[in-house]
Amino acid sequence: MIYADNAATTKMSEVSLKTMISLMEDTYGNPSSLYSFGQTAKEVLEKARADVAEAIGAQPQEILFTSGGSEADNQAIITAAKLGAAKGKKHIISTAFEHHAVLHTLNKLKKEGYEITLLDVHENGVVLPEQVEEAIREDTALVTVMYVNNEIGTIQPVREIGAVCRKHGVLFHTDAVQAVGHIRVNVEEDNIDMLSASGHKFHGPKGTGFLYAKKGIRLVNLIEGGAQEKGRRAGTENVPGIAAMAAALTEAVANLDEYKAKLTPVRDKIIAGLNEIPHSAINGDVARRVPGNVNFCFEGIEGESLLLLLDDKGIAASSGSACTSGSLDPSHVLLAIGRVHDVAHGSLRLSIGEDITDEDADYIIKSVKEVVEYLRGFSPVWRDLVAGKGQFIL
Amino acid sequence: MALYSEKVMDHFRNPRNVGVLEDANGVGTVGNAKCGDIMKMYLKIEDDIVKDVKFETFGCGSAIASSSMATELIKGKPVEEARKLTNKAVAEALDGLPDYKMHCSVLAQEAIEAALKDYEEHNL
Repeated sequence: MIYADNAATTKMSEVSLKTMISLMEDTYGNPSSLYSFGQTAKEVLEKARADVAEAIGAQPQEILFTSGGSEADNQAIITAAKLGAAKGKKHIISTAFEHHAVLHTLNKLKKEGYEITLLDVHENGVVLPEQVEEAIREDTALVTVMYVNNEIGTIQPVREIGAVCRKHGVLFHTDAVQAVGHIRVNVEEDNIDMLSASGHKFHGPKGTGFLYAKKGIRLVNLIEGGAQEKGRRAGTENVPGIAAMAAALTEAVANLDEYKAKLTPVRDKIIAGLNEIPHSAINGDVARRVPGNVNFCFEGIEGESLLLLLDDKGIAASSGSACTSGSLDPSHVLLAIGRVHDVAHGSLRLSIGEDITDEDADYIIKSVKEVVEYLRGFSPVWRDLVAGKGQFIL
Repeated sequence: MALYSEKVMDHFRNPRNVGVLEDANGVGTVGNAKCGDIMKMYLKIEDDIVKDVKFETFGCGSAIASSSMATELIKGKPVEEARKLTNKAVAEALDGLPDYKMHCSVLAQEAIEAALKDYEEHNL
């Protein structure tokens, strides 16, 4: 199988897996316990905190371990909303193509009386710092913009957006789930106040993640209970998972240059190959994108059938079609960059990983071409377009 | 558990009666590209019998499988029988569809109804 869905989840790295198993076997003490067996677990936990902090240029006390990216997003946004409300600020700025962990949290706040501004992300899937600056008001409590879009892989100008927020004294959060471990992220240089990340997106285990909150930001709890995580998140810490996440992250960050050098040419080869398919188009800016992301729309076909047939050929990928989302609407990300429904249903996301080879890329290109041609062969939409009854969009 | 039954996957991978029927005397198209499903049914009716049937579908796996199964269920059958085809019968013949995919079988029923209506309007 060629696994090309690394944006959905990744295989655990060897070092991560070994760390996790060995800790589950030998270091099962509770880090809150007084005896030395518990304190050993505590040391492992704090070492992991220091490693995670170092990987993103933060201080250990600024790292809060969570169950994953969604929890971190929720806690960051709820915190900023509450802090803002205390000062009479109930306006939040974000973008139209955020992850649902952000958008649904913002929707909840909207129902509670907050005003939400969602910025346009243009056809290339990049929001501009000027848009953020124009949208900032006296009562803006938070700006939350994702670092890298999870579907189309476009990298946002986070550093510049962060600078705008600093200038106006507004809190800035970024959902960096698709960025951390894939591109260089540094919370200091990037002017980030809060950042969310998820372990299983960079070869760590599922059910792990962290929230960075700059010193001085008093986090609001989502989970009440014991005094773990300095009282900011109750519940016995997932020590093996956390340490395994830290091990995976340390390795990923050490190999960022190599990762980029290896994946970029393969990614570009796949993009060039798929571009040869008539009436197709890449989604998102070609240059400003993470090394592993390829996302296309093919006119006249539907994404789920495409995925199922690629699966038969041993390729695991994903799509933003309605049928794969379980709703009638295709991906909000593709709609946000201006793809119309008809075309958005025919999307394909390939998110490649370190183990990809040049031969894999050739096979992917060949397979996608075959499947698209086959499905178009009995698509009434395609027949009408070819017959001139309707305009090609792509 | 797999997403679809073996039967759905079989009809998806090897769709029966797929393509265009040049001498069709009843053609029906339902669905729209906005929702991600379009089905087109071509019927060749002679002596009140569905002599031949073909389909073209833009849609997901279950939409393609539902179209394929629907054509099998009416091919060679009297028009009266084809008229009575229900979406339930299509779904059951496929060993079931996930709840959120039942609309695919509805679309198949509607595509046949539309093709029969077209036949009646032009040939009766």
